[in-house]
Amino acid sequence: MTDPERILLAHGGGGQLMSRLIHEHILPRFHNETLSELTDAASLTLPAGEICFTTDSYVVKPLFFRGGDIGKLAVCGTVNDLAVSGAKPLFLSLALIVEEGLELAVLDRILQSVSDAAAANGVSIVTGDTKTVERGSADGIFINTAGIGVRLPNVQLGLGRVQAGDKVLVSGTLGDHGMTIVSQREGIRFESQLESDCAGLAGLTCRLFESVPGIRFMRDPTRGGLAATLNEIVEGSRLSVEILEREIPIRPEVQAAADMLGFDVLNAANEGKFVAVVSAETADECLRVCRSHELGGHARLVGEIVPTRDVPLVEMRTKIGGRRIVQMPYGRELPRIC
Amino acid sequence: MLDRIDRARKTIEEACESIGRQITVMEVCGTHTVSIFRSGIRSLLPERLKLLSGPGCPVCVTDQGYIDAVMQLADRDDCLIATYGDMIRVPGSDGSLETRAVRGNVRVVLSSEDALQLACENPDKAVVFIAVGFETTTPATAVVVKEAAAQGIQNFFVLSGHKLVLPAMRALLGGMNDRIDAFLCPGHVSVIIGSGAFAEIVANYGRPCVVAGFEPVQIVEALAEICRQLAAGKAELKSLYGAVVTEKGNLAAQRIIEECFDPVDGYWRGLGKIAKSTLALKEQYRRFDAFQRFGVEDGPGRENPGCRCGEVLCGLIEPIECPLFASRCTPQTPIGPCMVSSEGTCSAWFKYGRRR
Ligand code: SF4
Repeated sequence: MTDPERILLAHGGGGQLMSRLIHEHILPRFHNETLSELTDAASLTLPAGEICFTTDSYVVKPLFFRGGDIGKLAVCGTVNDLAVSGAKPLFLSLALIVEEGLELAVLDRILQSVSDAAAANGVSIVTGDTKTVERGSADGIFINTAGIGVRLPNVQLGLGRVQAGDKVLVSGTLGDHGMTIVSQREGIRFESQLESDCAGLAGLTCRLFESVPGIRFMRDPTRGGLAATLNEIVEGSRLSVEILEREIPIRPEVQAAADMLGFDVLNAANEGKFVAVVSAETADECLRVCRSHELGGHARLVGEIVPTRDVPLVEMRTKIGGRRIVQMPYGRELPRIC
Repeated sequence: MLDRIDRARKTIEEACESIGRQITVMEVCGTHTVSIFRSGIRSLLPERLKLLSGPGCPVCVTDQGYIDAVMQLADRDDCLIATYGDMIRVPGSDGSLETRAVRGNVRVVLSSEDALQLACENPDKAVVFIAVGFETTTPATAVVVKEAAAQGIQNFFVLSGHKLVLPAMRALLGGMNDRIDAFLCPGHVSVIIGSGAFAEIVANYGRPCVVAGFEPVQIVEALAEICRQLAAGKAELKSLYGAVVTEKGNLAAQRIIEECFDPVDGYWRGLGKIAKSTLALKEQYRRFDAFQRFGVEDGPGRENPGCRCGEVLCGLIEPIECPLFASRCTPQTPIGPCMVSSEGTCSAWFKYGRRR
């Protein structure tokens, strides 16, 4: 058996190897006019309207997990940041930091998945960069993507718009990504039933923004999960949130993994879900639109914005009718989930 | 489910009414503590019924002296520390395992088997398994000690901080906390030791003991049972966890504990020295004993200044009575183990119960 071809430091050195890497492994997967010109900067023509611009880096470990990989995540994560800002994502940049020794076949798989995810979300990769670092200076591969989108007309979002009486909507089951990654890392038995929800949400959010007015705020509950997002809503609006445990959609296998590992699903990351605050009058319509989309089939109204009594906080009505506080997670529970 | 809750609440309310004074029930299991807070059970109870969390979190009851012994071992270049995750952030007198992990000789394991495996993979290191926990985790430690003996593994050691639940309950009732009216007895521990083990508490101290699982409904029903007994002036032993807990417990697990360990006098955080409360490796397994091998000692350690975990663990104060709670001591900057461990009382109060 021959040794698999691996990334060498010279692949990032600007010479022949790098040129081959770009022309044989990268460009064929992302053919679009802007990229193939290989200029130092992409020239883009944007439709009229407000531009949204975002960036994020991806360091997930393991690189491949059930339901996705770092490549898909790098596209969907940035697409989702634009989507929940009320924008239609158009262009992405793609910067790779590859560790010396990564198998070329692994890189190929990741690039293919970047390409598939970009196509699925209707975005073009228009500029990019590749660097290689010595063995031990990275963990296989790190990816950065930046994204540009155009804000949909008449969409105005902000925590300042949130009012008491508004409803809290989640677009589907919670904790799938976080619990998949941790389980896979811990190697627990029922790992195989878990699957990350990694998906680009722009199709769903654009449909929602275009068909229902009255959406006040939207965010994708990645690190820190629903608990973090709700606490951010409370902090930014000075209002309180009350959620109903029985309405929160959680897959039984996700719950089982969380119980076993001592996690709270509310704190677990999601990579294909959004949380929205919507006006009471439009809540049912929002729910209907979400459920009509393949990524929103399990959407639920999980609670509402309430006036603050003493200090703003997130409270949960538990299944047995008790009350407890939902705290801002303190962020050490899940290292490198995205 | 909700009608079972309603019924139990009604029983509790009526009983509390007829008793006419404050009732204090202690749970001695970290999993109960978390379940009670997570499901908001406290918010369903009348003011007169007070729930106290006792010495039920294994990391929390581990004395500072033991923690410092762990740190001493972690500072040695020839040792590789294998520990359960909760232990890693517990502050010793000088830093935690986490601050030492940068040296690369601290590994988090999910099971005692993983620790033994680590020893096989690192023959040039002495792998020390930080074995803490009650009767629930002790059998797993015993299994790997026997396995290591059978396979003739030379570089595997156990720093046994394993503890027994009953001596702690006796110590509490024997003068440390006279407010406890009854115990909500731990589900997991009872699976091993059997519900019958608590009969002596009922007989000698006249306190109701009710074993329950971790479903919120079962916990509320156990509280109802306790209140019913107290109102009737009775103290009985009852298990609501019938499907899983037997009177005699898991005999095979008890046997393997006995084969490997002897109960010796041991130190507990807050409770001090308790006779025959800690498990030490038996003579024939001494060569796996990390205390002996490396000459470190368990003993009364110096608590972090200002931390009142000891009193929290005895149910003498509630976390909010500690001046450091939620000010200097938070899950991000824990000062005592009760804030570090996910089963710790201070951590549960902070995460689920605090109304700032
Ligand atoms: S709040 Fe912190 S310092 Fe106070 S008793 Fe609990 S753990 Fe110790």
